Amino acid sequence: MTEKTGFIKGLELKAGGFRAEILKMINKAGAGHPGGSLSCIDLLTALYFSKLRVFPEAPDNPGRDRFIMSKGHASPALYAVLAGRGFFPAAELDRFRKLGALLQGHVHTGVPGVELSTGSLGQGLSFANGMALAAKLKGEQHGIYCMLGDGEMQEGQVWEAFLTSAHHKLDNLCVILDANKVQQNGLVAEIKNIEPAAGKLKQFGWKVEEIDGHDMAQILRALDGFGKEPGRPYFIKADTIKGKGVSFMELNPRWHGKAPDDAELAAALSELAKWK
Amino acid sequence: MEMKAIRDGFGEALTELGKQNPRVVVLSGDLEDSTKAAAFKKEFPARFFNMGISEQDMIGTAAGMGREGFIPFACSFAVFLTNRAYDQIRITVCYNKANVKLAGSHAGISAGSDGATAQCLEDIAIMRALPNMTVICPADAVEVKKAVRAAAAHPGPVYIRTARTASEVVTTEATPFSVGKALTLREGKDLAIIACGIMVPEALRAAALLERSGVNAAVINMSTIKPLDREAVISAAKKYGAIVTAEEHQRAGGLGAAVAEVLSASFPVPVEFVAVNDSFGESGEPEELLAKYGLKDVDIARAASAVLRRRK
Repeated sequence: MTEKTGFIKGLELKAGGFRAEILKMINKAGAGHPGGSLSCIDLLTALYFSKLRVFPEAPDNPGRDRFIMSKGHASPALYAVLAGRGFFPAAELDRFRKLGALLQGHVHTGVPGVELSTGSLGQGLSFANGMALAAKLKGEQHGIYCMLGDGEMQEGQVWEAFLTSAHHKLDNLCVILDANKVQQNGLVAEIKNIEPAAGKLKQFGWKVEEIDGHDMAQILRALDGFGKEPGRPYFIKADTIKGKGVSFMELNPRWHGKAPDDAELAAALSELAKWK
Repeated sequence: MEMKAIRDGFGEALTELGKQNPRVVVLSGDLEDSTKAAAFKKEFPARFFNMGISEQDMIGTAAGMGREGFIPFACSFAVFLTNRAYDQIRITVCYNKANVKLAGSHAGISAGSDGATAQCLEDIAIMRALPNMTVICPADAVEVKKAVRAAAAHPGPVYIRTARTASEVVTTEATPFSVGKALTLREGKDLAIIACGIMVPEALRAAALLERSGVNAAVINMSTIKPLDREAVISAAKKYGAIVTAEEHQRAGGLGAAVAEVLSASFPVPVEFVAVNDSFGESGEPEELLAKYGLKDVDIARAASAVLRRRK
């Protein structure tokens, strides 16, 4: 095993562990969004454990890379990774969605490491654009990352924001599309198709990469491509599977926003025990 | 009597602020010639962003810049800013306590001949319903300058409402202004008229009309609608026992409603509301519209007589 593949294997194992954390916290909360959390967890793991320059002990350090989670219902995935990265004690995960707890149901700025409270879809990219414009005005070098969902692409504001990023040549901005193909009541392709998303973004003037969003080597390669195309914002279309890693959740809209009961959790965890 | 549009004062204030504070940036929904933000654009092109006709995106972009230490003023017609981008203002701005200043021009029926789609009559209601939001409706082209400076100094979301039409300047540079403080512009004996925006000069004219028939009305400029100066409202109710509110806005949820919320809970007295009564506007000249929709000095005077009859 080479050093590189060892590193990738480590990230894969970490992502497997986060999958278990996600399901446990949603089970304990009795509510939450497992499908869209499991689809983006490989991407988040790569970002937070290989790419992003972050400072868990000083989350607002001006030199940090910014990450905006626009699909705010994937809070379990982001919270699991932030806890894993040391932004707050992992014990908080047990109080997800509880009254008075740190971890609100959707991504919230009260949590160390979170840049923007989200949960009303379509709003994150405009904010990321503002951060990217600000960095340009101030001559700062950090990167701004924003994760979108494919169902979220049905919101009009996202397209306004795509125009803004390209018009202002925000080459310090990287959007990652978690294209997991499923929204609450069915397939994105059947409800309001957004494909071909990559073609649309190319037409919008973005630099576009298409990858398998569960292949850690491809994710790392795509992230390494960010910052190498002057004058153009960077779009990674990550082909993912909603509910990835738990056979009975995969591509099943029923698991968009439903908590596993104890038996379902046990079945899911035993599948994940064999992960990779 | 000096006449000047509040939006003109806004444009001047924004430009002066830009000179004093390099962190001030302006975002426009392609209406800077109308909102008068164009004055800033001319002086500071590198800090001016025409975001195109996409108010929702403009609000989010402004919030992102605010998070990075800038003081963004997002400018458009009040109606497109507050109504079109309401959820963005609710979540990205207010829930996130983003340091965004919203400047809505062409508020009220006096926006004129563009008609109902451009005349914003709901903004006070929907902005004041939002936690963390401050709502300011300056009385004239001088007071708006103080409001702009105060908004920039205030950490967090602020909405400033301005009007298109020229209106009487009733304050001076020396007139006191602070966010959340009402100011009595005219002392009285019989009742108080509480007004905001261009209805403040209308209220002063109404008080002059009333004086001719022996009624002495106080006029209170309530330029901050949220947080409302509760003490000023309650003390006016105690002193006069009768209140008229006047605003260029729907009756539902506006200044009058805010005043009534305080009084009904703390010191109930008769209140009459001068406002648009659950209808859209239409095309016409500002003065014609103000008259047709019952927002002139004579309408305020009539409401004053009505409230005095109710007080007994």
